[in-house]
Amino acid sequence: MAEAMSQSRKAAFSLARHSTGIIASVLFLAPIVWTVLSTFKPAQEARQPPLPPWPTTGFSIENYETLNSFGDGLWVSAQNSIYVSVMTVLLSVLVSVLAGYGFSRFRFPFRDFFFVLILSTIMIPFQSILTPIFLVLTRLGLHNTLTGLVCVYVTLQLPFSIFMMRNAFDAVPREIEEAARMDGANNVTMLIKVMLPLVWPGVVTIALFAFLGAWNEFLAALVLMTDQSKFTLPVMMTVLQSGRFGAIDWGAVQAGVTVMMVPCLILFLALQRFYIRGLMAGAVK
Amino acid sequence: MTAITASAPARSRSSASLRQWVGLLYVLPAVAFVTVFFVIPLGMTAWMSLHNWPLMGEHAFIGLDNYVAILRDTRFWNALKFTFYYTVIVTIAIFAVAFPLAIFIEKPRPLTNLYRTAFFMPAVVGFASASLLWSWLLNVDSGLFSPAAFDLGLTEKKVNLLATFQPAFWSIIAMVVWKVAGFTMIILMTGLQSIPQDLQEAAVIDGAGPFARFRAITLPLMRRTLALALILSVAGSILAFDQFYIILRGGPRNQTLTAVYWIFNQSFVSFKLGYGAALSMVLLAILVALSLIQLWLLRKPEGLD
Repeated sequence: MAEAMSQSRKAAFSLARHSTGIIASVLFLAPIVWTVLSTFKPAQEARQPPLPPWPTTGFSIENYETLNSFGDGLWVSAQNSIYVSVMTVLLSVLVSVLAGYGFSRFRFPFRDFFFVLILSTIMIPFQSILTPIFLVLTRLGLHNTLTGLVCVYVTLQLPFSIFMMRNAFDAVPREIEEAARMDGANNVTMLIKVMLPLVWPGVVTIALFAFLGAWNEFLAALVLMTDQSKFTLPVMMTVLQSGRFGAIDWGAVQAGVTVMMVPCLILFLALQRFYIRGLMAGAVK
Repeated sequence: MTAITASAPARSRSSASLRQWVGLLYVLPAVAFVTVFFVIPLGMTAWMSLHNWPLMGEHAFIGLDNYVAILRDTRFWNALKFTFYYTVIVTIAIFAVAFPLAIFIEKPRPLTNLYRTAFFMPAVVGFASASLLWSWLLNVDSGLFSPAAFDLGLTEKKVNLLATFQPAFWSIIAMVVWKVAGFTMIILMTGLQSIPQDLQEAAVIDGAGPFARFRAITLPLMRRTLALALILSVAGSILAFDQFYIILRGGPRNQTLTAVYWIFNQSFVSFKLGYGAALSMVLLAILVALSLIQLWLLRKPEGLD
Protein backbone atom coordinates (compact mmCIF):
# COMPACT_ATOMS: atom_id res chain seq x y z
CA MET A 1 0.00 0.00 0.00
CA ALA A 2 2.67 2.48 1.11
CA GLU A 3 4.83 1.20 -1.70
CA ALA A 4 2.10 1.92 -4.26
CA MET A 5 1.64 5.39 -2.79
CA SER A 6 5.30 6.27 -3.11
CA GLN A 7 5.34 4.72 -6.58
CA SER A 8 2.54 6.95 -7.76
CA ARG A 9 4.03 9.97 -6.01
CA LYS A 10 7.28 9.28 -7.80
CA ALA A 11 5.47 9.06 -11.12
CA ALA A 12 3.64 12.32 -10.42
CA PHE A 13 6.91 14.05 -9.52
CA SER A 14 8.55 12.74 -12.67
CA LEU A 15 5.62 13.86 -14.79
CA ALA A 16 5.69 17.36 -13.26
CA ARG A 17 9.43 17.56 -13.76
CA HIS A 18 9.38 16.55 -17.39
CA SER A 19 6.45 18.76 -18.31
CA THR A 20 8.24 21.72 -16.72
CA GLY A 21 11.41 20.79 -18.56
CA ILE A 22 9.69 20.41 -21.90
CA ILE A 23 7.69 23.65 -21.63
CA ALA A 24 10.79 25.62 -20.61
CA SER A 25 12.86 24.02 -23.39
CA VAL A 26 10.22 24.94 -25.95
CA LEU A 27 10.20 28.55 -24.71
CA PHE A 28 13.97 28.82 -25.05
CA LEU A 29 14.22 27.09 -28.40
CA ALA A 30 11.08 28.51 -30.06
CA PRO A 31 12.52 31.83 -31.31
CA ILE A 32 15.46 30.03 -32.92
CA VAL A 33 13.37 27.28 -34.50
CA TRP A 34 10.70 29.78 -35.59
CA THR A 35 13.27 31.87 -37.45
CA VAL A 36 15.03 28.98 -39.12
CA LEU A 37 11.74 27.49 -40.35
CA SER A 38 10.50 30.85 -41.63
CA THR A 39 13.57 31.40 -43.80
CA PHE A 40 12.39 28.64 -46.15
CA LYS A 41 9.23 30.50 -47.13
CA PRO A 42 9.01 32.21 -50.50
CA ALA A 43 9.77 35.95 -50.17
CA GLN A 44 6.12 36.88 -50.61
CA GLU A 45 5.05 34.66 -47.72
CA ALA A 46 7.99 35.67 -45.51
CA ARG A 47 6.62 39.22 -45.41
CA GLN A 48 3.46 37.96 -43.64
CA PRO A 49 3.37 37.19 -39.90
CA PRO A 50 4.95 33.76 -39.29
CA LEU A 51 1.73 31.92 -38.44
CA PRO A 52 2.39 29.03 -38.78
CA PRO A 53 6.21 29.26 -38.77
CA TRP A 54 6.76 26.65 -41.49
CA PRO A 55 6.30 27.40 -45.21
CA THR A 56 2.72 26.86 -46.41
CA THR A 57 3.07 27.93 -50.03
CA GLY A 58 6.02 25.75 -50.90
CA PHE A 59 9.63 25.35 -49.86
CA SER A 60 12.04 27.98 -51.16
CA ILE A 61 15.55 29.33 -50.61
CA GLU A 62 14.67 32.66 -52.21
CA ASN A 63 15.44 34.55 -48.96
CA TYR A 64 19.02 33.29 -48.96
CA GLU A 65 19.42 34.19 -52.62
CA THR A 66 18.17 37.77 -52.17
CA LEU A 67 20.68 38.29 -49.34
CA ASN A 68 23.39 38.56 -51.95
CA SER A 69 21.65 41.40 -53.75
CA PHE A 70 22.03 44.02 -50.99
CA GLY A 71 25.01 46.37 -51.24
CA ASP A 72 28.16 44.35 -51.71
CA GLY A 73 26.21 41.21 -50.98
CA LEU A 74 26.01 39.06 -47.92
CA TRP A 75 28.70 36.70 -49.16
CA VAL A 76 31.30 39.47 -48.85
CA SER A 77 30.26 40.11 -45.23
CA ALA A 78 30.23 36.39 -44.51
CA GLN A 79 33.75 36.09 -45.88
CA ASN A 80 34.80 39.07 -43.75
CA SER A 81 33.27 37.47 -40.66
CA ILE A 82 34.92 34.13 -41.37
CA TYR A 83 38.30 35.76 -41.99
CA VAL A 84 38.12 37.90 -38.84
CA SER A 85 36.95 34.99 -36.65
CA VAL A 86 39.49 32.47 -37.95
CA MET A 87 42.37 34.93 -37.72
CA THR A 88 41.29 35.91 -34.20
CA VAL A 89 41.29 32.24 -33.22
CA LEU A 90 44.73 31.54 -34.73
CA LEU A 91 46.43 34.67 -33.40
CA SER A 92 44.91 34.58 -29.93
CA VAL A 93 45.74 30.88 -29.53
CA LEU A 94 49.33 31.47 -30.68
CA VAL A 95 49.86 34.50 -28.45
CA SER A 96 48.22 33.02 -25.37
CA VAL A 97 49.86 29.59 -25.63
CA LEU A 98 53.26 31.31 -25.74
CA ALA A 99 52.35 33.68 -22.92
CA GLY A 100 50.73 30.96 -20.80
CA TYR A 101 53.89 28.85 -21.13
CA GLY A 102 56.10 31.83 -20.33
CA PHE A 103 54.11 32.83 -17.25
CA SER A 104 53.87 29.26 -16.01
CA ARG A 105 57.44 28.02 -16.47
CA PHE A 106 59.84 30.95 -16.24
CA ARG A 107 60.78 33.42 -13.53
CA PHE A 108 61.83 36.67 -15.15
CA PRO A 109 61.80 40.29 -13.99
CA PHE A 110 58.36 41.96 -13.99
CA ARG A 111 56.64 38.60 -14.54
CA ASP A 112 53.91 39.24 -11.99
CA PHE A 113 53.56 42.84 -13.12
CA PHE A 114 52.91 41.79 -16.73
CA PHE A 115 50.49 39.06 -15.68
CA VAL A 116 48.44 41.41 -13.50
CA LEU A 117 48.59 44.07 -16.23
CA ILE A 118 47.09 41.71 -18.80
CA LEU A 119 44.44 40.33 -16.44
CA SER A 120 43.43 43.74 -15.13
CA THR A 121 42.36 44.88 -18.61
CA ILE A 122 39.25 42.80 -17.99
CA MET A 123 38.13 45.44 -15.45
CA ILE A 124 38.11 48.18 -18.08
CA PRO A 125 35.27 48.21 -20.60
CA PHE A 126 36.69 48.35 -24.12
CA GLN A 127 33.63 50.41 -25.07
CA SER A 128 35.24 53.34 -23.26
CA ILE A 129 38.49 53.26 -25.28
CA LEU A 130 37.11 52.77 -28.79
CA THR A 131 37.90 56.28 -30.02
CA PRO A 132 41.62 56.05 -29.22
CA ILE A 133 41.71 52.52 -30.65
CA PHE A 134 40.37 54.04 -33.85
CA LEU A 135 43.17 56.62 -33.80
CA VAL A 136 45.86 54.03 -33.00
CA LEU A 137 44.70 51.87 -35.90
CA THR A 138 44.81 54.89 -38.19
CA ARG A 139 48.35 55.66 -37.06
CA LEU A 140 49.40 52.06 -37.74
CA GLY A 141 47.83 52.14 -41.20
CA LEU A 142 45.29 49.53 -40.08
CA HIS A 143 42.37 51.92 -40.27
CA ASN A 144 39.30 50.28 -41.82
CA THR A 145 41.08 46.95 -42.31
CA LEU A 146 39.98 43.53 -41.16
CA THR A 147 43.50 42.99 -39.78
CA GLY A 148 42.99 45.97 -37.48
CA LEU A 149 39.73 44.51 -36.23
CA VAL A 150 41.48 41.17 -35.63
CA CYS A 151 44.14 42.91 -33.51
CA VAL A 152 41.44 44.47 -31.34
CA TYR A 153 39.57 41.16 -30.93
CA VAL A 154 42.77 39.29 -30.04
CA THR A 155 43.55 41.87 -27.36
CA LEU A 156 40.06 41.49 -25.90
CA GLN A 157 40.48 37.69 -25.72
CA LEU A 158 43.91 37.75 -24.07
CA PRO A 159 43.04 38.16 -20.37
CA PHE A 160 40.74 35.12 -20.38
CA SER A 161 42.83 32.93 -22.67
CA ILE A 162 46.19 33.67 -21.04
CA PHE A 163 44.66 32.95 -17.66
CA MET A 164 43.29 29.65 -19.01
CA MET A 165 46.56 28.64 -20.63
CA ARG A 166 48.72 29.50 -17.65
CA ASN A 167 46.52 27.31 -15.47
CA ALA A 168 46.68 24.54 -18.06
CA PHE A 169 50.50 24.65 -18.12
CA ASP A 170 50.63 24.89 -14.31
CA ALA A 171 48.73 21.59 -14.17
CA VAL A 172 51.44 19.75 -16.15
CA PRO A 173 53.95 18.10 -13.77
CA ARG A 174 57.48 19.50 -14.07
CA GLU A 175 58.96 15.98 -14.12
CA ILE A 176 57.69 15.56 -17.68
CA GLU A 177 59.71 18.55 -18.83
CA GLU A 178 62.80 17.50 -16.94
CA ALA A 179 62.68 14.08 -18.58
CA ALA A 180 62.31 15.67 -22.01
CA ARG A 181 65.15 18.08 -21.29
CA MET A 182 67.38 15.13 -20.37
CA ASP A 183 66.59 13.80 -23.83
CA GLY A 184 67.93 17.05 -25.24
CA ALA A 185 64.73 18.84 -26.15
CA ASN A 186 65.08 22.63 -26.30
CA ASN A 187 62.38 25.07 -25.22
CA VAL A 188 60.54 25.26 -28.51
CA THR A 189 60.43 21.54 -29.29
CA MET A 190 59.46 21.00 -25.67
CA LEU A 191 56.51 23.34 -26.01
CA ILE A 192 55.29 21.88 -29.31
CA LYS A 193 56.06 18.18 -28.92
CA VAL A 194 55.73 17.62 -25.18
CA MET A 195 53.50 20.33 -23.70
CA LEU A 196 50.92 21.05 -26.39
CA PRO A 197 49.46 17.53 -26.47
CA LEU A 198 48.96 17.82 -22.71
CA VAL A 199 47.20 21.20 -22.72
CA TRP A 200 45.10 20.82 -25.87
CA PRO A 201 41.73 20.83 -24.04
CA GLY A 202 42.60 24.33 -22.84
CA VAL A 203 43.54 25.30 -26.40
CA VAL A 204 40.17 24.09 -27.73
CA THR A 205 38.38 26.08 -25.02
CA ILE A 206 40.15 29.36 -25.77
CA ALA A 207 39.78 28.81 -29.53
CA LEU A 208 36.03 28.32 -29.11
CA PHE A 209 35.63 31.46 -27.00
CA ALA A 210 37.77 33.46 -29.43
CA PHE A 211 35.64 32.33 -32.38
CA LEU A 212 32.31 33.09 -30.70
CA GLY A 213 33.61 36.43 -29.42
CA ALA A 214 34.85 37.58 -32.82
CA TRP A 215 31.91 36.17 -34.79
CA ASN A 216 29.32 37.89 -32.60
CA GLU A 217 31.03 41.19 -31.74
CA PHE A 218 29.06 44.21 -32.92
CA LEU A 219 30.04 47.61 -31.48
CA ALA A 220 33.75 47.62 -32.38
CA ALA A 221 32.99 46.35 -35.88
CA LEU A 222 30.32 49.02 -36.27
CA VAL A 223 32.69 51.79 -35.20
CA LEU A 224 35.96 50.65 -36.78
CA MET A 225 34.76 49.41 -40.18
CA THR A 226 33.59 52.37 -42.23
CA ASP A 227 33.63 50.82 -45.68
CA GLN A 228 30.73 48.57 -46.64
CA SER A 229 33.05 46.05 -48.30
CA LYS A 230 34.65 45.52 -44.85
CA PHE A 231 31.44 45.01 -42.85
CA THR A 232 31.12 41.84 -40.80
CA LEU A 233 27.80 39.97 -40.72
CA PRO A 234 26.29 41.66 -37.63
CA VAL A 235 27.00 45.14 -39.04
CA MET A 236 25.80 44.27 -42.54
CA MET A 237 22.60 42.71 -41.24
CA THR A 238 21.89 45.74 -39.04
CA VAL A 239 22.26 48.00 -42.06
CA LEU A 240 19.86 45.76 -43.95
CA GLN A 241 17.40 45.70 -41.01
CA SER A 242 17.56 49.50 -40.67
CA GLY A 243 16.00 49.79 -44.13
CA ARG A 244 18.94 51.60 -45.73
CA PHE A 245 18.48 49.42 -48.82
CA GLY A 246 14.82 50.38 -49.16
CA ALA A 247 11.85 48.60 -47.59
CA ILE A 248 12.97 46.05 -45.00
CA ASP A 249 12.96 42.54 -46.43
CA TRP A 250 12.15 40.53 -43.30
CA GLY A 251 12.66 37.24 -45.12
CA ALA A 252 16.24 38.29 -45.86
CA VAL A 253 16.73 39.41 -42.25
CA GLN A 254 15.64 35.98 -40.99
CA ALA A 255 17.95 34.27 -43.47
CA GLY A 256 20.84 36.48 -42.37
CA VAL A 257 20.14 35.83 -38.69
CA THR A 258 20.13 32.10 -39.44
CA VAL A 259 23.50 32.36 -41.17
CA MET A 260 24.81 34.18 -38.08
CA MET A 261 23.33 31.76 -35.53
CA VAL A 262 23.95 28.35 -37.05
CA PRO A 263 27.79 28.27 -36.80
CA CYS A 264 27.58 29.23 -33.11
CA LEU A 265 24.97 26.57 -32.36
CA ILE A 266 26.86 23.83 -34.21
CA LEU A 267 30.17 24.70 -32.58
CA PHE A 268 28.55 24.81 -29.17
CA LEU A 269 26.79 21.46 -29.59
CA ALA A 270 29.96 19.83 -30.88
CA LEU A 271 32.27 21.31 -28.23
CA GLN A 272 29.87 21.73 -25.33
CA ARG A 273 32.14 20.29 -22.66
CA PHE A 274 34.96 22.65 -23.62
CA TYR A 275 32.57 25.57 -23.41
CA ILE A 276 31.28 24.60 -19.97
CA ARG A 277 34.90 24.04 -18.90
CA GLY A 278 35.74 27.60 -19.84
CA LEU A 279 32.73 28.93 -17.95
CA MET A 280 33.66 26.91 -14.87
CA ALA A 281 37.25 28.14 -14.98
CA GLY A 282 35.91 31.67 -15.05
CA ALA A 283 33.35 30.99 -12.35
CA VAL A 284 35.52 29.13 -9.87
CA LYS A 285 38.48 31.48 -9.84
CA MET B 1 90.01 23.61 -6.01
CA THR B 2 88.24 26.36 -4.12
CA ALA B 3 88.12 28.40 -7.30
CA ILE B 4 86.34 25.62 -9.13
CA THR B 5 83.75 24.96 -6.46
CA ALA B 6 83.07 28.67 -6.19
CA SER B 7 82.73 29.36 -9.89
CA ALA B 8 80.73 26.31 -10.99
CA PRO B 9 77.55 27.12 -9.02
CA ALA B 10 77.90 30.78 -9.95
CA ARG B 11 78.09 29.95 -13.62
CA SER B 12 75.17 27.58 -13.51
CA ARG B 13 73.20 30.15 -11.53
CA SER B 14 73.82 32.84 -14.13
CA SER B 15 73.01 30.50 -17.04
CA ALA B 16 69.90 29.38 -15.17
CA SER B 17 68.77 32.95 -14.67
CA LEU B 18 69.59 33.64 -18.32
CA ARG B 19 67.34 30.76 -19.22
CA GLN B 20 64.59 32.32 -17.11
CA TRP B 21 64.91 35.51 -19.16
CA VAL B 22 63.74 33.52 -22.18
CA GLY B 23 60.30 33.62 -20.54
CA LEU B 24 60.16 37.31 -21.37
CA LEU B 25 60.32 36.43 -25.08
CA TYR B 26 57.33 34.12 -24.67
CA VAL B 27 55.11 36.74 -23.06
CA LEU B 28 56.35 39.60 -25.25
CA PRO B 29 53.71 39.29 -28.02
CA ALA B 30 50.90 39.32 -25.45
CA VAL B 31 52.38 42.33 -23.67
CA ALA B 32 52.79 44.11 -27.01
CA PHE B 33 49.14 43.53 -27.96
CA VAL B 34 47.86 44.71 -24.59
CA THR B 35 50.15 47.75 -24.62
CA VAL B 36 49.34 48.92 -28.15
CA PHE B 37 45.63 48.13 -28.22
CA PHE B 38 44.71 48.67 -24.58
CA VAL B 39 47.16 50.54 -22.34
CA ILE B 40 48.00 53.26 -24.88
CA PRO B 41 44.35 53.83 -25.86
CA LEU B 42 43.48 53.98 -22.18
CA GLY B 43 46.05 56.68 -21.59
CA MET B 44 44.86 58.48 -24.71
CA THR B 45 41.27 58.45 -23.43
CA ALA B 46 42.39 60.31 -20.31
CA TRP B 47 44.51 62.71 -22.39
CA MET B 48 41.79 63.33 -25.00
CA SER B 49 39.20 64.02 -22.32
CA LEU B 50 41.12 67.21 -21.51
CA HIS B 51 40.90 68.45 -25.11
CA ASN B 52 38.49 69.84 -27.59
CA TRP B 53 39.13 67.16 -30.19
CA PRO B 54 37.15 67.27 -33.44
CA LEU B 55 37.59 64.53 -36.05
CA MET B 56 39.21 66.93 -38.51
CA GLY B 57 41.46 69.86 -37.64
CA GLU B 58 43.53 70.79 -34.62
CA HIS B 59 42.68 69.77 -31.09
CA ALA B 60 43.05 72.24 -28.26
CA PHE B 61 43.77 71.71 -24.57
CA ILE B 62 40.80 72.90 -22.53
CA GLY B 63 41.52 71.45 -19.09
CA LEU B 64 38.49 70.16 -17.27
CA ASP B 65 35.93 71.94 -19.45
CA ASN B 66 34.61 68.67 -20.86
CA TYR B 67 33.94 67.40 -17.36
CA VAL B 68 32.21 70.64 -16.42
CA ALA B 69 30.07 70.25 -19.53
CA ILE B 70 29.14 66.72 -18.45
CA LEU B 71 27.71 68.10 -15.22
CA ARG B 72 25.27 70.15 -17.31
CA ASP B 73 24.56 67.43 -19.87
CA THR B 74 21.09 66.40 -18.73
CA ARG B 75 20.73 63.97 -21.63
CA PHE B 76 23.81 62.05 -20.45
CA TRP B 77 22.44 61.89 -16.91
CA ASN B 78 19.10 60.71 -18.28
CA ALA B 79 20.93 58.02 -20.26
CA LEU B 80 22.81 57.01 -17.13
CA LYS B 81 19.60 56.97 -15.11
CA PHE B 82 17.93 54.80 -17.73
CA THR B 83 20.96 52.49 -17.81
CA PHE B 84 20.77 51.95 -14.04
CA TYR B 85 17.02 51.44 -14.18
CA TYR B 86 17.46 48.85 -16.94
CA THR B 87 20.30 47.18 -15.04
CA VAL B 88 18.25 46.74 -11.87
CA ILE B 89 15.15 45.42 -13.64
CA VAL B 90 16.96 43.09 -16.02
CA THR B 91 19.19 41.66 -13.28
CA ILE B 92 16.19 40.87 -11.09
CA ALA B 93 14.40 39.31 -14.07
CA ILE B 94 17.42 37.20 -15.06
CA PHE B 95 17.86 35.87 -11.53
CA ALA B 96 14.14 35.19 -11.16
CA VAL B 97 14.35 32.89 -14.19
CA ALA B 98 17.90 31.53 -13.84
CA PHE B 99 17.75 30.48 -10.18
CA PRO B 100 14.77 28.11 -10.53
CA LEU B 101 16.34 26.72 -13.71
CA ALA B 102 19.64 26.13 -11.89
CA ILE B 103 17.84 24.22 -9.14
CA PHE B 104 15.93 22.30 -11.81
CA ILE B 105 19.05 21.06 -13.61
CA GLU B 106 21.39 20.79 -10.64
CA LYS B 107 20.98 17.07 -9.88
CA PRO B 108 21.76 14.45 -12.52
CA ARG B 109 18.42 12.89 -13.44
CA PRO B 110 17.13 11.47 -16.73
CA LEU B 111 17.14 14.02 -19.57
CA THR B 112 18.68 16.75 -17.38
CA ASN B 113 21.56 17.25 -19.80
CA LEU B 114 19.14 17.69 -22.67
CA TYR B 115 17.14 20.33 -20.80
CA ARG B 116 20.32 22.12 -19.76
CA THR B 117 21.52 22.29 -23.35
CA ALA B 118 18.14 23.58 -24.53
CA PHE B 119 18.07 26.34 -21.90
CA PHE B 120 21.60 27.32 -22.77
CA MET B 121 21.26 27.51 -26.57
CA PRO B 122 20.25 31.21 -26.77
CA ALA B 123 23.34 32.11 -24.72
CA VAL B 124 25.75 31.10 -27.51
CA VAL B 125 23.90 33.20 -30.08
CA GLY B 126 25.38 36.69 -30.27
CA PHE B 127 23.61 39.74 -28.88
CA ALA B 128 23.41 41.23 -32.37
CA SER B 129 21.85 38.08 -33.86
CA ALA B 130 19.40 37.82 -30.96
CA SER B 131 18.47 41.49 -31.35
CA LEU B 132 17.91 41.13 -35.10
CA LEU B 133 15.81 38.03 -34.48
CA TRP B 134 13.64 39.76 -31.89
CA SER B 135 13.33 42.94 -33.95
CA TRP B 136 11.54 40.71 -36.44
CA LEU B 137 9.39 38.93 -33.81
CA LEU B 138 8.44 42.35 -32.36
CA ASN B 139 7.65 43.96 -35.71
CA VAL B 140 4.06 45.10 -35.94
CA ASP B 141 3.33 43.94 -39.49
CA SER B 142 5.63 41.02 -40.25
CA GLY B 143 6.44 39.88 -36.71
CA LEU B 144 4.95 37.29 -34.40
CA PHE B 145 3.68 38.82 -31.18
CA SER B 146 1.34 41.60 -32.34
CA PRO B 147 -0.27 39.62 -35.19
CA ALA B 148 -0.64 36.55 -32.96
CA ALA B 149 -2.28 38.58 -30.20
CA PHE B 150 -4.59 40.16 -32.78
CA ASP B 151 -5.49 36.81 -34.35
CA LEU B 152 -6.28 35.34 -30.95
CA GLY B 153 -8.59 38.28 -30.29
CA LEU B 154 -6.50 39.59 -27.37
CA THR B 155 -6.15 43.03 -28.94
CA GLU B 156 -8.60 44.97 -31.12
CA LYS B 157 -5.95 45.97 -33.63
CA LYS B 158 -2.29 45.14 -34.17
CA VAL B 159 -0.39 46.97 -31.43
CA ASN B 160 3.05 48.34 -32.28
CA LEU B 161 5.02 47.12 -29.28
CA LEU B 162 7.99 49.33 -30.10
CA ALA B 163 6.09 52.62 -30.37
CA THR B 164 5.75 53.47 -26.69
CA PHE B 165 8.16 53.19 -23.80
CA GLN B 166 6.61 50.55 -21.54
CA PRO B 167 5.96 47.74 -24.05
CA ALA B 168 9.24 48.51 -25.84
CA PHE B 169 11.21 48.38 -22.58
CA TRP B 170 9.62 45.13 -21.41
CA SER B 171 10.13 43.56 -24.82
CA ILE B 172 13.86 44.22 -24.46
CA ILE B 173 13.79 42.76 -20.94
CA ALA B 174 12.09 39.60 -22.29
CA MET B 175 14.64 39.27 -25.07
CA VAL B 176 17.62 39.71 -22.74
CA VAL B 177 16.25 37.23 -20.19
CA TRP B 178 15.71 34.73 -23.01
CA LYS B 179 19.29 35.25 -24.19
CA VAL B 180 21.14 35.43 -20.85
CA ALA B 181 19.22 33.27 -18.35
CA GLY B 182 20.92 30.04 -19.51
CA PHE B 183 24.35 31.55 -18.93
CA THR B 184 23.51 32.73 -15.42
CA MET B 185 21.88 29.34 -14.77
CA ILE B 186 25.16 27.50 -15.46
CA ILE B 187 27.09 29.77 -13.12
CA LEU B 188 24.52 29.34 -10.34
CA MET B 189 24.53 25.58 -10.96
CA THR B 190 28.27 25.37 -10.25
CA GLY B 191 27.58 27.10 -6.94
CA LEU B 192 24.75 24.72 -6.04
CA GLN B 193 26.84 21.68 -6.91
CA SER B 194 29.69 22.82 -4.68
CA ILE B 195 27.48 22.58 -1.57
CA PRO B 196 28.29 19.34 0.25
CA GLN B 197 25.38 16.91 0.05
CA ASP B 198 25.80 15.68 3.65
CA LEU B 199 25.23 19.21 4.93
CA GLN B 200 21.76 19.23 3.39
CA GLU B 201 21.06 15.72 4.67
CA ALA B 202 22.12 16.66 8.19
CA ALA B 203 19.74 19.60 8.09
CA VAL B 204 16.91 17.31 6.94
CA ILE B 205 17.58 15.04 9.93
CA ASP B 206 17.52 18.10 12.18
CA GLY B 207 14.03 18.76 10.82
CA ALA B 208 14.76 21.82 8.69
CA GLY B 209 12.19 22.48 5.96
CA PRO B 210 13.17 23.24 2.38
CA PHE B 211 12.85 27.00 2.86
CA ALA B 212 14.91 27.01 6.05
CA ARG B 213 17.56 24.88 4.34
CA PHE B 214 17.68 27.26 1.39
CA ARG B 215 18.13 30.26 3.67
CA ALA B 216 20.54 28.75 6.17
CA ILE B 217 22.68 26.55 3.92
CA THR B 218 22.24 27.22 0.21
CA LEU B 219 22.38 31.02 0.20
CA PRO B 220 25.35 31.54 2.54
CA LEU B 221 27.42 28.81 0.88
CA MET B 222 26.69 30.27 -2.53
CA ARG B 223 27.82 33.75 -1.60
CA ARG B 224 30.77 33.88 -3.98
CA THR B 225 28.86 32.33 -6.89
CA LEU B 226 25.94 34.67 -6.37
CA ALA B 227 28.30 37.63 -6.23
CA LEU B 228 29.96 36.54 -9.46
CA ALA B 229 26.68 36.03 -11.32
CA LEU B 230 25.42 39.34 -9.98
CA ILE B 231 28.49 41.30 -11.03
CA LEU B 232 28.57 39.72 -14.50
CA SER B 233 24.93 40.65 -14.99
CA VAL B 234 25.34 44.18 -13.64
CA ALA B 235 28.53 44.94 -15.60
CA GLY B 236 27.04 43.50 -18.79
CA SER B 237 23.84 45.51 -18.40
CA ILE B 238 25.58 48.80 -17.68
CA LEU B 239 27.46 48.37 -20.97
CA ALA B 240 24.29 47.43 -22.91
CA PHE B 241 24.25 48.73 -26.46
CA ASP B 242 23.47 46.17 -29.18
CA GLN B 243 19.83 45.47 -28.30
CA PHE B 244 18.90 49.14 -27.85
CA TYR B 245 20.66 50.17 -31.04
CA ILE B 246 19.34 47.33 -33.20
CA ILE B 247 15.78 46.93 -31.92
CA LEU B 248 14.87 50.45 -30.77
CA ARG B 249 17.48 52.84 -32.28
CA GLY B 250 17.34 54.49 -28.85
CA GLY B 251 13.65 55.23 -29.31
CA PRO B 252 10.83 55.76 -28.71
CA ARG B 253 11.67 59.49 -28.41
CA ASN B 254 15.26 58.78 -27.26
CA GLN B 255 13.94 57.26 -24.04
CA THR B 256 16.08 54.13 -24.28
CA LEU B 257 19.49 55.69 -24.91
CA THR B 258 21.98 53.88 -22.67
CA ALA B 259 25.28 55.31 -21.44
CA VAL B 260 27.34 53.49 -24.09
CA TYR B 261 24.82 54.53 -26.74
CA TRP B 262 25.18 58.18 -25.73
CA ILE B 263 28.98 57.96 -25.83
CA PHE B 264 28.71 56.30 -29.25
CA ASN B 265 26.50 59.16 -30.49
CA GLN B 266 28.81 61.87 -29.15
CA SER B 267 31.99 60.23 -30.45
CA PHE B 268 30.98 58.65 -33.74
CA VAL B 269 27.87 60.51 -34.85
CA SER B 270 28.65 64.04 -33.64
CA PHE B 271 32.43 63.39 -33.75
CA LYS B 272 33.07 65.22 -30.47
CA LEU B 273 35.97 62.92 -29.66
CA GLY B 274 37.25 64.86 -26.65
CA TYR B 275 33.85 65.08 -25.06
CA GLY B 276 33.19 61.39 -25.83
CA ALA B 277 36.48 60.55 -24.09
CA ALA B 278 35.43 62.49 -20.99
CA LEU B 279 32.10 60.63 -20.94
CA SER B 280 34.06 57.39 -21.33
CA MET B 281 36.15 58.26 -18.28
CA VAL B 282 32.95 58.57 -16.22
CA LEU B 283 31.74 55.17 -17.47
CA LEU B 284 35.16 53.70 -16.82
CA ALA B 285 35.17 55.00 -13.24
CA ILE B 286 31.79 53.35 -12.63
CA LEU B 287 32.97 50.00 -13.99
CA VAL B 288 36.25 50.07 -12.07
CA ALA B 289 34.32 50.83 -8.87
CA LEU B 290 32.14 47.82 -9.67
CA SER B 291 35.21 45.63 -10.17
CA LEU B 292 36.54 46.69 -6.78
CA ILE B 293 33.21 45.78 -5.17
CA GLN B 294 33.47 42.47 -7.01
CA LEU B 295 36.93 41.75 -5.61
CA TRP B 296 35.61 42.49 -2.13
CA LEU B 297 32.53 40.30 -2.55
CA LEU B 298 34.56 37.46 -4.05
CA ARG B 299 37.20 37.46 -1.32
CA LYS B 300 37.82 34.07 0.20
CA PRO B 301 35.87 33.46 3.41
CA GLU B 302 37.97 34.48 6.42
CA GLY B 303 40.30 31.83 7.80
CA LEU B 304 40.00 29.72 4.65
CA ASP B 305 42.52 31.51 2.51
